Amino acid sequence: MIYFNNVTKKYAEFDTEPSLEDVTLSIAPGEFVTVVGHSGAGKTTLTKLILAEEKPTSGTVSFQSVDIHKLSEKDLMKLRQRIGVVFQDFRLIPNKNAYENIAFAMEAIGRDDDEIDSDVNHVLALVGLENRALHFPHQLSGGEKQRLAIARAIINQPDIIIADEPTGNLDPKNAHEIVNILKKINALGTTVVLTTHNKGVVDSLGKRVVTLENGRIIRDDKEGKYVI
Amino acid sequence: MSWKNTKRTIRAGSRSFFRSGFTSVSAVLVMVITLFVITGLFFVQASLTTALSNMKDKVDVTVYFVPRANVDTIESIEVAIKKAPEVKSVEYVSAEEALSIYKEKHSNDNLILQVFDILDENPLGASLNIKAKDPAQYESILNYLKSDSVLSAGMLSVIDSVDYSRNKLVIDRLNNIIDGAQRMGFMLAVILVFISIIITFNTMRLIIYMSREDISVMKLVGAGNKYIRGPFIISGILVGLFASVISILLFWPASYWLGHSMTDFLGIDLYAYYKSQFVQLFFIQIIAGVAIGAVSSFLAVHKYLNK
Repeated sequence: MIYFNNVTKKYAEFDTEPSLEDVTLSIAPGEFVTVVGHSGAGKTTLTKLILAEEKPTSGTVSFQSVDIHKLSEKDLMKLRQRIGVVFQDFRLIPNKNAYENIAFAMEAIGRDDDEIDSDVNHVLALVGLENRALHFPHQLSGGEKQRLAIARAIINQPDIIIADEPTGNLDPKNAHEIVNILKKINALGTTVVLTTHNKGVVDSLGKRVVTLENGRIIRDDKEGKYVI
Repeated sequence: MSWKNTKRTIRAGSRSFFRSGFTSVSAVLVMVITLFVITGLFFVQASLTTALSNMKDKVDVTVYFVPRANVDTIESIEVAIKKAPEVKSVEYVSAEEALSIYKEKHSNDNLILQVFDILDENPLGASLNIKAKDPAQYESILNYLKSDSVLSAGMLSVIDSVDYSRNKLVIDRLNNIIDGAQRMGFMLAVILVFISIIITFNTMRLIIYMSREDISVMKLVGAGNKYIRGPFIISGILVGLFASVISILLFWPASYWLGHSMTDFLGIDLYAYYKSQFVQLFFIQIIAGVAIGAVSSFLAVHKYLNK
């Protein structure tokens, strides 16, 4: 589904240590892949390359055999509609309430109001925010914000969810809840790419673990643990 | 863009405008200043144009006749002058009228009044006040009067003097001052308008700069550029609309005060001008406000959409 072919990423030409170096990685449909590594290991760069927020310095990143970085603006927009994103800092739209934050993702792909109303209420209930629909992001706790971000990510039933350190700003209880939601989403067939440096989370998953160090893949275990 | 998307864009833009509270208020206030300056430009122009036209109106050529001049001769001269294409109007002041005007002017001066009582006959002659269509045409009117073809030698002999050259220098200077003031006022106003547009543009840019993260998130959830840009433009348009309403309302007391206390000085009742030009001024403000708001939002969002 996603294929990194000898990808190197330097943010500046004079960088002696690239953020990613010669990375080759394949992610199959329906997989739950956890990418681990210290801060600066290249985890976020990896997710940014999948979202085409950044371009590789060399190598290619393909989504279903199509080079992501050669897509037109319109095709890139369509690709992003098939990817759900969750960030450590939530990145919710501050002047939209919980309902509108989720509805925006559906409006962006042109869904009807009736459909939006039914799906948004359903997904809010799914993440336990049915009573927070009219709350603005600043009126929600960290855990609630992250559940809202997940609700927004899954609303369009994407092929893949990219979760970039979604538990980074959460306490263990909320972190556990978020990971459980991601596991459920994966169980329904959605591919999940999770980046984290939370050992507890990684060890509890028992799924594939890719370990990055200084921009290079140093381990790729099918049922891995957090080993650095 | 479909009607569904248009409706959503308007809704999202309006919500964003009203929810942004203080940010929207500050944008509106900056826009009010811009629109105030733009409308002020029209008021300055109206004042200067009125001053200039008042000044032009005060200029005339007076042809004084000797006291013994025959009324028929004066009438034939009046008819001849009226034929000149440059002449706007000719006013006949009889010798008697001239005397009563003179007496009225010097009603406090007994000595002068006594002199008139001693004299048996009216020492003042009749006169013709000639107004030209344009002050620049007085020279040609004078030439016209002098030309033999218009006035016969007999007619010229009854003319005592022609009073123009005495005022000419002062009038020319005043004309130049007003003309210069009009040009300078216009230039200053244009510079002020330009500066205030730049300030408004930068304010809008700062507001959208605060939303740059939201724009990147919108792109990541798969929203198209048009769909992201639309609500920002709607917010910009609302800033312009609210600012134009506030600005036109502020001009009401401002022009009322100017009209009641500065009419003699400015030579124009700006309150009357405001009332007579209300619809036109309001439309100019709306169009300027909406255009500045929409264009500055468009350009500011464009920068983040292309990142």
